[in-house]
Amino acid sequence: MSVASQDTAIRTGRVMRTLIYLVLLLFTLFYMLPLYVMVVNSVKPLDEITGGGMMNLPQVFTLEPWAKAWSSAQIGVEPTGLSPYFWNSIKMVVPAVAISTVLGALNGYVLTKWRFRYDTIVFGLILFACFIPFQIVLIPMAKMLGLMGLAGTTWGLVLVHVVYGVGFTTLYFRNYYAVFPTELIRAAQIDGAGFFQIFWRILLPSSGPIAVVSIIWQFTNIWNDFLFGASFAGADSQPMTVALNNLVQASHGVKEYNVHFAGAILAALPTLLVYIVAGRYFVRGLMAGSVKG
Amino acid sequence: MGFLDIDNATKAYGSVEVLHNVDISVQEGEFLVLVGPSGCGKSTLLNMIAGLEEITSGEIRIKDNLMNGVHPSRRNIAMVFQSYALYPNMTVGQNITFGLEMHGVPKAEREKAMKEAAALLQIEPLLGRKPGALSGGQRQRVAMGRALVRNPDVFLFDEPLSNLDAKLRVDMRTEIKKLHQKLGTTIVYVTHDQIEAMTLSTRIAVMNGGYVQQLGTPQEIYDKPANIFVATFMGSPAMNVVKATVAVENGRPVAQVALHDGSPVALPFSQDNMADWSGKEILLGIRPETITDEDAADRKSSNIAHLTNRIVVTEPAGSDTFVTMTLGGKDVIARMRSDADVRPGADFSFAVNMEKAVAFDPATESRIAP
Repeated sequence: MSVASQDTAIRTGRVMRTLIYLVLLLFTLFYMLPLYVMVVNSVKPLDEITGGGMMNLPQVFTLEPWAKAWSSAQIGVEPTGLSPYFWNSIKMVVPAVAISTVLGALNGYVLTKWRFRYDTIVFGLILFACFIPFQIVLIPMAKMLGLMGLAGTTWGLVLVHVVYGVGFTTLYFRNYYAVFPTELIRAAQIDGAGFFQIFWRILLPSSGPIAVVSIIWQFTNIWNDFLFGASFAGADSQPMTVALNNLVQASHGVKEYNVHFAGAILAALPTLLVYIVAGRYFVRGLMAGSVKG
Repeated sequence: MGFLDIDNATKAYGSVEVLHNVDISVQEGEFLVLVGPSGCGKSTLLNMIAGLEEITSGEIRIKDNLMNGVHPSRRNIAMVFQSYALYPNMTVGQNITFGLEMHGVPKAEREKAMKEAAALLQIEPLLGRKPGALSGGQRQRVAMGRALVRNPDVFLFDEPLSNLDAKLRVDMRTEIKKLHQKLGTTIVYVTHDQIEAMTLSTRIAVMNGGYVQQLGTPQEIYDKPANIFVATFMGSPAMNVVKATVAVENGRPVAQVALHDGSPVALPFSQDNMADWSGKEILLGIRPETITDEDAADRKSSNIAHLTNRIVVTEPAGSDTFVTMTLGGKDVIARMRSDADVRPGADFSFAVNMEKAVAFDPATESRIAP
């Protein structure tokens, strides 16, 4: 990927190439600008920001806003900082991502390798979950969570995210397994492997790229979700996004922009990390099966 | 009662019947080849024996145990797939022992069985590698090792050589035959390659359109094909089939066939009962190698017919020269020695071994003689 590709379809002259790089550079700067503003202002004392000059580099470098955002900023009524909510998010995201990915893989496995009558219709219905707007389900979902005794709990949020995520993960895994050789499944059947043994021993070990796609997709979506968090979380299960909102929207006292910036970066950090660690598998997984090779 | 019995087996998808009342009984140690063009139902039949496809009606029995509805893993069979179907995430060793592991065989026994199979197939150095790092021939061996290690009652092969290049295919063919001779196991082997069928099998089932057209030893299939389909499918180049009229000359039945200029030539039959067809049209089947130059005619044959005909094309192939002429209005190929003096456009004197000729009924296309 990093090697200058020799199979570029169009060969360009030097002038053209310079121009292209220039434009690309411009776009990069444009996209990086907000991050620059956030990072720069999160390490300034507040008076440097209120004194104007958002774009300037800090004259006094301080990590105070970061520490404050993490451990002592006023969130709602408690001066706890974002840290307890960060752990709330982790406790919600990890099981939700794991469960929805495994369920998606199982669905994909059944829909491609254990075909049954009307399986395409079932797949179509599962896909439908991808297209239902969040707002529509808010009230029925609240009712259901109440009935199940999960209202206001982390597990309630996990359930909501799993239900919403399974449509996407099923789509990913179904398409990936559709090109997985069925002869392998048959060979394993003759070897005496059962339904789950085939899944764990044969299929999952070969699902790396698509699992990464599913995990990244689910992780970013669930981590960044605000609506479900704001609607269904209780006081002690609020995720990071809701806490960040409470921090920034606080209606009393001075607006500590540097703390807000630091908090926002903290909230975005895990998704950034996931992309950096697994990003190249993401593209690879999305392209899997599209070209022979 | 055979070792593997297929009784009146039928396969239908919805209302479409793809396999019709197949009856085959395989004896222990037999090498049965199912051969036919694509879509003839041979792979479906194999999958039914394996239990990968359900049987719609009829019975399949292995060692007299009814197999209908029995899970593939409990039939004590092993299968080698066209794509080899090696598990990509496991090493060769793990691939070979996976089946044993799934059947709950203790680790020490698995290792021992793996070593034996690996030694037999000479793949010991590969045991630690992943299938992705193997060549086609090596994968083929591993796939056979995976089948061998189970010590099954019946081996099933689904076109195992069709992914190999021509040279390797011939080598592996010999390997498989050696293996069968050494182990004496019962094998059912599916292929569309008639040469594979002839060389490997102890018996062949030629299939077409979901029917078993003929079941017999390679020699029976080759010399006495049940019908025109079998006659032309088996053998390369294919058997020549030309229109002929039966007549009786000097008390002997003959086939009258038109030469290139339309004039008739009489080819005497070896079978007296062909006289019953006197005056009627038949289809005469002549294998290319039974048409030769006069010197190369089979001395053991009691019935050599002679005809002079014009050569249309010659195709030297090194070991033989294929000569095309027009007989009965059709191109007919003769297989000559490579040093036969043949030139296109020249008239040439051919010898036809009529002992080997086959006659078919043009209406039913089935064999009437011999």
